[in-house]
Amino acid sequence: MTSTVTGIGAAVRRKEDQRFITGQGHYTDDIRREGQLHAYFLRSPHPHATIKKIDTAKAEKMPGVAAVLTGVELAADKIGNLICGWAISSKDGSPMNMGPHPALAQGKVRHVGDQVAVVIAETLNQAKDAAAAIDVDYAVLTAVADPAKARDPKAAQIHDNAPKNTIYEWSLGDQAATDAAFKNAKHVTRLKIINNRMIPNAIEPRAAIGDYDAGTDSSTLWVTSQNPHVHRLVMAAFMGLAPENKFRVIAPDVGGGFGSKIFIYAEESVCLWAAKRLKRPVRWTGERSESFQTDAHGRDHVTSAELALDAGGKILGLRVKTIANLGAYMSTFSSSVPTYLYATLLSGQYDIPAIYCEVDAVYTNTVPVDAYRGAGRPEACYVIERLMEVAARELHVDPAELRRKNFIRKFPHQTPVIMAYDIGDHDATLKKALEIADVKGFGQRKQEASRRGKLLGLGYSTYIEACGIAPSAAVGSLGAGVGLWESAEVRVNPTGSVEILTGSHSHGQGHETTFAQLVCERLGIPIEQVTIVHGDTDKVQFGMGTYGSRSGPVGMTAIVKALDKIEAKAKKIAGHLLEASPGDIEFKNGKFTVAGTDKSLAFGEVALAAYVGHKFPTNEIEPGLKEGSFYDPTNFTFPSGCHICEVEIDPETGHTKIARWTAVDDFGVLINPMIVEGQVHGGIAQGIGQALLENCVYDDDAQLVTGSYMDYTMPRADDLPSFNVGTTVTKCPSNPLGIKGCGEAGAIAAPVALINAVTDAVGSEDITMPATAQTVWQAIQKTHRQRKAAE
Amino acid sequence: MPTVTLKVNGKKQSADVDPRTLLVQFLREHLRLTGTHVGCDTSQCGACVVHVNGHAVKSCTMFALSAEGADVLTIEGLANGSALHPMQEAFRENHGLQCGFCTPGMIMTAVDMVKRKGNDLDEETIRHELEGNLCRCTGYHNIVKAIAAGAKAMKSGAKTGKAA
Repeated sequence: MTSTVTGIGAAVRRKEDQRFITGQGHYTDDIRREGQLHAYFLRSPHPHATIKKIDTAKAEKMPGVAAVLTGVELAADKIGNLICGWAISSKDGSPMNMGPHPALAQGKVRHVGDQVAVVIAETLNQAKDAAAAIDVDYAVLTAVADPAKARDPKAAQIHDNAPKNTIYEWSLGDQAATDAAFKNAKHVTRLKIINNRMIPNAIEPRAAIGDYDAGTDSSTLWVTSQNPHVHRLVMAAFMGLAPENKFRVIAPDVGGGFGSKIFIYAEESVCLWAAKRLKRPVRWTGERSESFQTDAHGRDHVTSAELALDAGGKILGLRVKTIANLGAYMSTFSSSVPTYLYATLLSGQYDIPAIYCEVDAVYTNTVPVDAYRGAGRPEACYVIERLMEVAARELHVDPAELRRKNFIRKFPHQTPVIMAYDIGDHDATLKKALEIADVKGFGQRKQEASRRGKLLGLGYSTYIEACGIAPSAAVGSLGAGVGLWESAEVRVNPTGSVEILTGSHSHGQGHETTFAQLVCERLGIPIEQVTIVHGDTDKVQFGMGTYGSRSGPVGMTAIVKALDKIEAKAKKIAGHLLEASPGDIEFKNGKFTVAGTDKSLAFGEVALAAYVGHKFPTNEIEPGLKEGSFYDPTNFTFPSGCHICEVEIDPETGHTKIARWTAVDDFGVLINPMIVEGQVHGGIAQGIGQALLENCVYDDDAQLVTGSYMDYTMPRADDLPSFNVGTTVTKCPSNPLGIKGCGEAGAIAAPVALINAVTDAVGSEDITMPATAQTVWQAIQKTHRQRKAAE
Repeated sequence: MPTVTLKVNGKKQSADVDPRTLLVQFLREHLRLTGTHVGCDTSQCGACVVHVNGHAVKSCTMFALSAEGADVLTIEGLANGSALHPMQEAFRENHGLQCGFCTPGMIMTAVDMVKRKGNDLDEETIRHELEGNLCRCTGYHNIVKAIAAGAKAMKSGAKTGKAA
């Protein structure tokens, strides 16, 4: 039966792979439009400067140049600013201080790479040549990159409406209860934490093609987007670039996102605007150096955290103070990341009676920071899991045992920081991970390594995260400018084949396969007869896109709801065809059967009958077979699990080798275990990248030091091990599929597991990400000197 | 503008090009073979790997004019008609790709790796040989598995593409 081969739970090989392995994918840069022009952006070399004058006269006369545009033309055409769509209020109730963010600089540049002007020409080389001829007269201002220094009154002032560069001073939790918990504590563990800045680096650079049809006054934008409808909404409603009803956004094959392609950027806005001005298609594809200077960065927190414990190792309270760097402008969802996606997860897997978290968000002269794989949750996981590991070391108890002592075991569980965890079994994931990682044999391996002159370390991360960000009313009450439901439409063709239109967007996640598996399971038809349509606002009416591991729990549930309606209508039609009451019709394995008889019809036969409309009363039942659904979830989902990292360090060089990586995750029901494992692998690799290799560095003057792959260390194949991946299952109660989402878990769990292992090996907690050979070597030397001095 | 003449996927091609044109630009812009991708500007990512006269080359590191008279094989020419190359099949079978953007470069590198290192490739060798290719999606785990499997499958005699 097809359902056993291609249904839910089967490791179906991906439908989309055929085009990718043969070079037939259609990414934005692969698309050509007749008469197209090329855009090239002149960017600020200065972190902070006023623009006194821009002289474009010479550039405009260069060969092939169609236009040179600046913020002056943008303002003249009344194009709105880029916006941040999540309103966060400060503790005192005041709204966040959002500074203006024009798509082309108006009077001031605020980070290296800020767009100053755009040249649009017949060829890219002509556009580049002309850009070199633009003369910009800057008055350079002092700049600040370090979030800890941004609020110094003497620091550069980046936006007039944000005194001391402060965007908001926000808090969550009960301060008085938390302070009281610390008063009663027998032991307090304190840590200073820097969560280093990441550059997302999807391998496909961002790209856009704007097109305008004067005959119909309609616009089309091809763009590397994780959420084309959100692009259309923001660009229509807030920027005024085109009316929503005459504006099509297409996100074709997209080469990875990791958050960075959620946001609405200057470049696509300018392409669309310029196409309308020039009445010709305008295209732009970012060079990698532009990705480094313009793709929204991730993380960048400076935190002090304290954990209060009683004499038995039970947690009494958690107090956290974080400065979050949001860069030079507020990106689309930036405000939510260090607040509601961060502090709400600080309780981890633990029963913590009192939590208080304060977050100050600041402007600096750096690239805007927004959601990057995990978005706030890796930062929260890092805080609580570092505290747990260090507390266990200070109390001389087994880190696994300290965690067990504090695990939540009764569900639902209301944390002090909004979240109501619905289900989980943290003992089960920990137990399975301990077995796979052979933690029992660690002591022996450590001795053996020691004989070889190597240091072995073990680190845990028992993480929890929140996916499927929702329900809409809940996120609305927290400041979200949008609802976070998802839509689906099921179109059954007369031949019985099916098209699923979804508001989710696949950019590596394999939706064309997993969503089809769901349909196969439900309708009992072969997977070849199912097509998933996504990424085009002219085809899919509306949708919220893909981020926060929402496409499974929210996007697929919307498909389930639409399939329910299809089944209900098809049963009615089958009842007429089989001359039975709809209540007596059973649908199983692709067949409609009259209960207790052998009278049956195949799904395809009913589909054809629905369109022919001959054999049922069309005044009671409409012809055709097409249903839609807008599904708003009832809760977040809460994937959780345990990662255990074992490292081997060479004390002579400080080089860290990952000896073993074990991940046991509870994602609820798995649709396709092969794809889920792949998501886990990729997430872990990004987490290891952050903890061991990657670091976005600005110097004291806010110049970007790591501006290319020559100096930003991407994880390569020989930096990483193979991973031991396992799963446990508690079914998610808030959606009919029982699924939780799996896209971010690895990136959330991994960094802290690795740092816990490295600090264990070295015997010093004083190691900041990334734990490069130099950092680790220095920590080893310092520890060695301290031991010598103590002797 | 000077003219370049070369063979791509077994077919002779000739075109007038701006001397600045890189081989990857020639393949993508002039021949519209868009399977070869550009992921960086410092020859680090390997998304643009093709074979030039039987050797893996990052096509962003060479001018189209430097390929005068060469025999170039791209991802589009790797399959034998509708029969996939064993390495392409191995990437699908082992879930060695997610977003697909680095995939053509990975596959072309892998085929070259097998030619140089043989059909029995251990994990350490594969990981070391992949030092010129970046993937952000897979964590390389399944790419390594795919290459080991593809290397073995190539031994069993499946034919490789249109060029030498």
